[in-house]
Amino acid sequence: MSRIVGIDLGTTNSLVAYMKDGKPCVVPGRSGRTMVPSVVAMTDNGLIVGDPAKDHLTRSPDRTVYSVKRFMGKGLADVQNELAYFPYALTEKGGVIRIQLGAKTYSPPQISAMILKELKQRVEAHLGESITKAVITVPAYFNDSQRQATKDAGLIAGLEVLRIVNEPTAASLAYGLQEKTQGTIAVYDFGGGTFDISLLKLKNGIFEVLATNGDTHLGGDDLDRRIADLFLDEIKTEHHLDLSAFPDHMQAVRLEAERAKVRLSDELRTQVTIDLPDGKGRYTRELTRDQLDASVMDIIERTLAPCRMALNDAGLTPADIDEVVLVGGSTRMPLVRQRVRELFGKQPHCDLNPDEVVALGAAVQADILSGGTTDLLLLDVTPLSLGIETMGGVMSSLIRRNTTIPASAKEMFTTYVDGQTGVDIHILQGERELAQDNRSLARFRLKMPPLPAGVPRIEVTFLIDANGILNVKASDMRTGQSQSVEVKPSYGLSDNEVERMIEDSFKFAQEDVTARKLIEARLDAGALLTTTEKSLSEGSRLITPDAIVAIRAAVAALTTTKDGTDPKAIRARMADLEQAAQPLSAAMINDSLKRSLQGKKVTEVT
Amino acid sequence: MAHHTHTSGSRDLQMARSMCWHCQSEVSGEYFCDRCVKVQPVSKETDYFTCFGLPRRLTVDQSKLEAKFYELSRAFHPDFYQNKSEAEQTISLGNAATLNTAYRTLRDPIQRAEYLLDLEAGSVKEIRTSPPSDLFEEILELQDTLEAYRASESASEAGRTLRAQLVAEQAALEGRKHEMEQQLQRLFTGWDALQDRGDAAAQARAERDRLLKQMRDLLSNRTYVKNIVTDLVATIG
Ligand SMILES: Nc1ncnc2c1ncn2[C@@H]1O[C@H](COP(=O)(O)OP(=O)(O)OP(=O)(O)O)[C@@H](O)[C@H]1O
Ligand SMILES: [Mg+2]
Repeated sequence: MSRIVGIDLGTTNSLVAYMKDGKPCVVPGRSGRTMVPSVVAMTDNGLIVGDPAKDHLTRSPDRTVYSVKRFMGKGLADVQNELAYFPYALTEKGGVIRIQLGAKTYSPPQISAMILKELKQRVEAHLGESITKAVITVPAYFNDSQRQATKDAGLIAGLEVLRIVNEPTAASLAYGLQEKTQGTIAVYDFGGGTFDISLLKLKNGIFEVLATNGDTHLGGDDLDRRIADLFLDEIKTEHHLDLSAFPDHMQAVRLEAERAKVRLSDELRTQVTIDLPDGKGRYTRELTRDQLDASVMDIIERTLAPCRMALNDAGLTPADIDEVVLVGGSTRMPLVRQRVRELFGKQPHCDLNPDEVVALGAAVQADILSGGTTDLLLLDVTPLSLGIETMGGVMSSLIRRNTTIPASAKEMFTTYVDGQTGVDIHILQGERELAQDNRSLARFRLKMPPLPAGVPRIEVTFLIDANGILNVKASDMRTGQSQSVEVKPSYGLSDNEVERMIEDSFKFAQEDVTARKLIEARLDAGALLTTTEKSLSEGSRLITPDAIVAIRAAVAALTTTKDGTDPKAIRARMADLEQAAQPLSAAMINDSLKRSLQGKKVTEVT
Repeated sequence: MAHHTHTSGSRDLQMARSMCWHCQSEVSGEYFCDRCVKVQPVSKETDYFTCFGLPRRLTVDQSKLEAKFYELSRAFHPDFYQNKSEAEQTISLGNAATLNTAYRTLRDPIQRAEYLLDLEAGSVKEIRTSPPSDLFEEILELQDTLEAYRASESASEAGRTLRAQLVAEQAALEGRKHEMEQQLQRLFTGWDALQDRGDAAAQARAERDRLLKQMRDLLSNRTYVKNIVTDLVATIG
């Protein structure tokens, strides 16, 4: 089986890892850094991803996308109250958010695919082989739509996603592998955009998730916003300046807020400096760790309720937890560590790099799937209850939250009216009583044989697979025939749309390659023309007039072709020119050789 | 025994299942074919106890159950079928889902009892809509208090008093639930002992029916109390 890599597709940072001699390792980029910032910028020269794109956050904020993971599997209404924070324009089509970049719009899976492609290229360059299969991690509390969107992103990037794994569970794999731990552990994963808590029982290589909980909209980004708002308010009162009209400065404030937050994990006080627009000088202030803690305390408190709920669901008390493991960059904050320590009554572990541990675990899971690792097995759960809408708009639960996956439930449907030919079914996910308070996953119409009311008996099987993704099947109990079910996702791309995006992405990839070849050819042609002109001015006296005419002709030909769009033609004219200039360069080398010899003779004589 | 009631249709199904789907050699209830080693679908007719190789009893050895669950998970989990044919992947997925349901059911003493009594004597999950007679007064009073609490200002003096009352009531009901569970546990032991004796005399049958009725009543009363407590917790937070 070809190699499967593990990918941590994070809100802020993404990484790719693979198994090397029985050990997972993260692939570094050319700079040696293992993290690729999850930032995509659309520049005049094309698309760029990662570290170079980060520079564009303040330069072209309206065309630089960050934190796209927050939009995966979402509609516009879901993010209404944070629209103001994002400098790029968002719209919606078919229940899916679209991001406007220049003249085109992109769905979140397409943007995520660009990050995945970058990681794909990175690992391909590192290993010198083509990679087409991956395990991708998602927050444990991701719902079906968000998981499906992640799978779509993989497809668009040219990756077969063999498994979607929950981030805290992946972390536990990496952690358990190294420590050979047994017992009950809590994984507290607080990253850039999401928070997860997972409780696991580790025994003889089985990693059994007992309960999971979280918030897919709670992370370091929220802390940054809180601090940025503090700065913006002060800028407004002290400098009478409303920065919201300056998207580039808004980004600068956000980035400075994040940097200050990060510094305060190691220091007790730090200096903040932000340049103001229109020569209004700069805003400076000192921020202390106490001030930071006080202003974000309530956000950090919001991570504790899910922890208690998970404990309750697992039937455990904090005292039952043998070890607490910290994952995610935001767990570097001293206040976070303190609150976690207080809740569980023990010192949390952070021996493994919290930035890399999820990717490492994804690589371990990839190795399990490819048959390399055979002694470990992950038994994960579905984070949210799955059900259908029944009469009166009430949700009837079919699979309860924290049920081990794969999980299935069967439900029998019949008709209420004679001759009725179909029943509409609305699938929901969530914990609330009323259908409207839960997440709508999908709808489908169950075909019914036209018979007297109550006679048809169609059994529908709802199956949540090992990825936490729902599959629906239906069969007629009277005839034993199965029926194909066309499920229409409420917040997802249709199969056709994904198909088209894969094609687009492939076409773009080719366009990108062609564009790059053209740019390179033009650059090389330019360089050749410059050196040729220089040689002509220095050495035309050394060659025949005919040779000069030939070179001039080749120069003219290349100059016109260079402005065209065909890299091959440019390369051909370059070859012509090189050949025409051959006598000239030979003569010049000869000449300089002669002169250096003369020089030598002189010195030797004296 | 549930097997006595099989219609001929489901017996046909069972017959079909006793042949390997791949090489057609005989497989009588094994999870893997002796000849071609292909995984076999767990039959819908197999009860959860048989699935785990456990006797049909209300008390189970938890550590044995867990060990068997882990062993079967290693045998069926889709992780280990990535390189296999599509047919095997589908079977692995179905088997793993069945296994997980079976484990969830048998692990919990109440769900286990409901399941086993259902197997032995038909559904026990009758939904109770009115309070059990010995709780009637108490529940009516509780409903009044709940209504008054919902209508009151939570910060007011009256609101605080009502809340305190509800908290006390919650503790009392939880105590009741616990008592019922202990009572059930004793009945479970009695039932298992009766099964162990394997006595088919009229007296034993009467004893069996008596136990069955008591367990059913207690199970539905307990579910009723449990739901009330859940509502109560949801209201007072
Ligand atoms: N030393 C630090 N102190 C406080 N916060 C930090 C520190 N280092 C990194 N962070 C924060 O951690 C976050 C990024 O963490 P991480 O890379 O784990 O997130 P992610 O995996 O991209 O996000 P997610 O898992 O939520 O999708 C950012 O918000 C960053 O500001
Ligand atoms: Mg993360």
